[in-house]
Amino acid sequence: MSLPPAFSDDVSALPTHAFSYRSVTWWGIIGFMVIEGMFFVLTIGAYFFLMSHEQSWAPQPWDPPNLVWGTLFTLVILASEIPNTMIKKAAAVYDTDKVVALMPWSIFIGIGLIVIRGLEFNSLNVLWWENAYGSIIWALLLLHATHLATDWIDTVVLYFLMKTPHATSPRRLVDVDENSLYWRFVWLSWLPIYLLIYWVPRFFR
Amino acid sequence: MKTAAEKAKQPPIKVPRDGPKLTGTKLDAKLAVTWARPPGFIGWLSSVDHKDVGRRYIITALVMLALAGILAAVMRMQLSQPDNDLVSPARYNEIFTMHGTTMMFLFAVPVMQGMQLYLTPLMIGTRNVAFPRLIAFSYFMYLGGACLLWFAFILNVGPDVGWFAYVPLSGPQYGIGKRPDVWAQMITFTEVAGLAVAASLIVTILKQRAPGMTLARMPLFVWTTLVVSLMVMFALPSVALASGMLLSDRLVGTNFFNPAERGDALLWQHLFWFFGHPEVYIIFLPATGFLSEIVPTFSRRSIFGYPAVVLSVVATGILSFGLWVHHMFATGLPRVGYSFFTSASMSVSIPTGIQIFCWIATVWLGRPIFKVPMLYFVGFVFTFVIGGLSGVIIAAVPLDLQLHDTYFIVAHLHYVLIGGAVFPLLGAITYWYPKFTGRMMSETLGKVAFWMIFLGFQLAFFPMHIAGLMGMPRRVYTYPAGMGLELPNLLSSIGGFVVAGAVLVFVINMVLSVRRGPIAPPNPWDAPSLEWAASSPPRPYNFAHIPVVGSRSPLWDEREKLPVVHGLRVEERELLLTTVMSASPDIREPSAMPSPWPFVAAVATSVMFVCSIFSPWALVVGAIPGGIALLAWFWPKSPTPHPEPVIS
Repeated sequence: MSLPPAFSDDVSALPTHAFSYRSVTWWGIIGFMVIEGMFFVLTIGAYFFLMSHEQSWAPQPWDPPNLVWGTLFTLVILASEIPNTMIKKAAAVYDTDKVVALMPWSIFIGIGLIVIRGLEFNSLNVLWWENAYGSIIWALLLLHATHLATDWIDTVVLYFLMKTPHATSPRRLVDVDENSLYWRFVWLSWLPIYLLIYWVPRFFR
Repeated sequence: MKTAAEKAKQPPIKVPRDGPKLTGTKLDAKLAVTWARPPGFIGWLSSVDHKDVGRRYIITALVMLALAGILAAVMRMQLSQPDNDLVSPARYNEIFTMHGTTMMFLFAVPVMQGMQLYLTPLMIGTRNVAFPRLIAFSYFMYLGGACLLWFAFILNVGPDVGWFAYVPLSGPQYGIGKRPDVWAQMITFTEVAGLAVAASLIVTILKQRAPGMTLARMPLFVWTTLVVSLMVMFALPSVALASGMLLSDRLVGTNFFNPAERGDALLWQHLFWFFGHPEVYIIFLPATGFLSEIVPTFSRRSIFGYPAVVLSVVATGILSFGLWVHHMFATGLPRVGYSFFTSASMSVSIPTGIQIFCWIATVWLGRPIFKVPMLYFVGFVFTFVIGGLSGVIIAAVPLDLQLHDTYFIVAHLHYVLIGGAVFPLLGAITYWYPKFTGRMMSETLGKVAFWMIFLGFQLAFFPMHIAGLMGMPRRVYTYPAGMGLELPNLLSSIGGFVVAGAVLVFVINMVLSVRRGPIAPPNPWDAPSLEWAASSPPRPYNFAHIPVVGSRSPLWDEREKLPVVHGLRVEERELLLTTVMSASPDIREPSAMPSPWPFVAAVATSVMFVCSIFSPWALVVGAIPGGIALLAWFWPKSPTPHPEPVIS
């Protein structure tokens, strides 16, 4: 260094982890949400751009997607917030046992959601190559499906990590807390997409 | 074993920490071991040091500049006389596509992000960026994108659809073969890289500033880095989405851009330019950050109007998202659309004007010393103002419709991008070269290069205004004799070669100075910001003790001793996190150790991306090795946790 040091505060007593906006990984996840959120926003923009050219939406003679699986998906993903919140709260008070006990619920619900998502693709009443309406509907559903899959894998990995001695590190509970935060982004981003895929093509027939 | 709840309350363990009892050479020796890069080639691949990654970005981007420059030279040779047949029309299409694509995606943005990666942690007084493995990954992704584009070009499957790859030319009907796919997938590579760097830099700036460095005391270059990184996050997804849609139109038969099946070719233009216009400012704003550091140092006074400059940078960032349609005036718009985008395009010149007046006021009120970096500032003002004014002119729709796709636009964009970004970049490389290498660059060669590039540039690009006004179209491989286009084109070609010579002199200066330049002290220019408190070149850990900042010009206000905090671990990599607004010490944070897994993950992702040009199933199959590499990247390497956290 170019200048000799003049010592002031001792920072050794500072903590080595923190939750929420004090954590760098929390900011990283917020950044990731902004990037992913932009992908959703722009795809939704493209949806309305294509819709603006049409006399009816879904375009005639295509039927709007069937409501059953998409609506079931929405109900299940809303219900998934119950164990998600419980896990998040347990992590915030360092209750590792409770976290480990509850995470399988999230994992099983995730498997259920992935299965329903597969059935959703089968109920859109249009294929991606038939026209631009089909392309954009499939794009929205696929884009959301990638978030579903990646967060599910993330949760599974985290669950197995929490079964190791590393679960005794408070920072792993920060990871759990932030994984729950990201799951909120996954289901919140689904709600407008649900409306766009399943209801807007009914409203504008 | 203690539970997490017990560990969360435990006091700090007794390990060596920096402080009055552990300082000087003894501390340096310990930190050097802790923060060292592992030896050998694997160690090189494993480096997570922001300076290594930043330097790799800068050098690779300069190689890209050279390659794209060679293509420019070929184009200028072709255009130096009418009816020339040096280059065939098809090859010419490839050459201007490769030139523009390389310059925008593989030179301009990466070189700025490389400078930001190298300088930001030093300027804010921290030891490494947040998420260092992410930036290591990002570099290899960028390199993968560069290799994809250039190997494709060498193998005669390079793109030939222009740097903005408009549909339907790039779509499945007209873009035959794999040329447009190479372009579109190169976008994916570079956008992944660019977004990763932006995320890392934003978190670094918000959470790792030296104690006392409130937002209002941040160096202006760091302000531009923050704003530009946010712009990257909002702009780059647009082109990544567009190129993804293009690839899927071409590969799996979607119809996003196909008007015959309810798609729309203009959707491409909207998505592309929603990225493409902010992109110009993503390249330009870092350059203004360079100038806001260079001008005060060489004017021997602090910047005039710091709050005005900060607000101008923020305003430019916001306004840049409201201009994209001015690239689409010729597509036909509602009247209100024309009016809105014309006025928005004109208004963006106001904050830039404010910045220029603040720099001029700084020079006016200071005691300026015209060393090479400062000459580039002067060259910038002269050149960029011309480019900016021609930009205001073509914001007017009637004139734009007349000049659209002519050489007037080519002149404008080069005045803005070379005058506005490359001149400040060359000044910045000269300015920070002693920090990068520990040596000074030759002042004489620097001045020769400056005058050559400044004058050569005007000779090369000013006549293009004339050629454009006379109606010469862009992207056409030749022009007929007898239309008055011979002289402006010949002058442009001569000027182009002077510019190439100037860049060569600059590079020779860089190469010679690495070994022969005078040894640089830590602060050779007597500059005010924190990076000059680190040694030249900086040690792997940047600062032995984390500095404390009490003003905007810490090294001018603390001439005897540098205030520091102490108490960080020295045998493990540790950083200090501070609060977002006031930069108060908050947390001791472990910093990631070197790892080869980001490289492996980048290779796996690259293979997946390249194969997905040929089959969509590559995305499914390729996700497996990529996922395994990511798992190995994140999974703790020791069977039990350390007493205090370590990212191994």
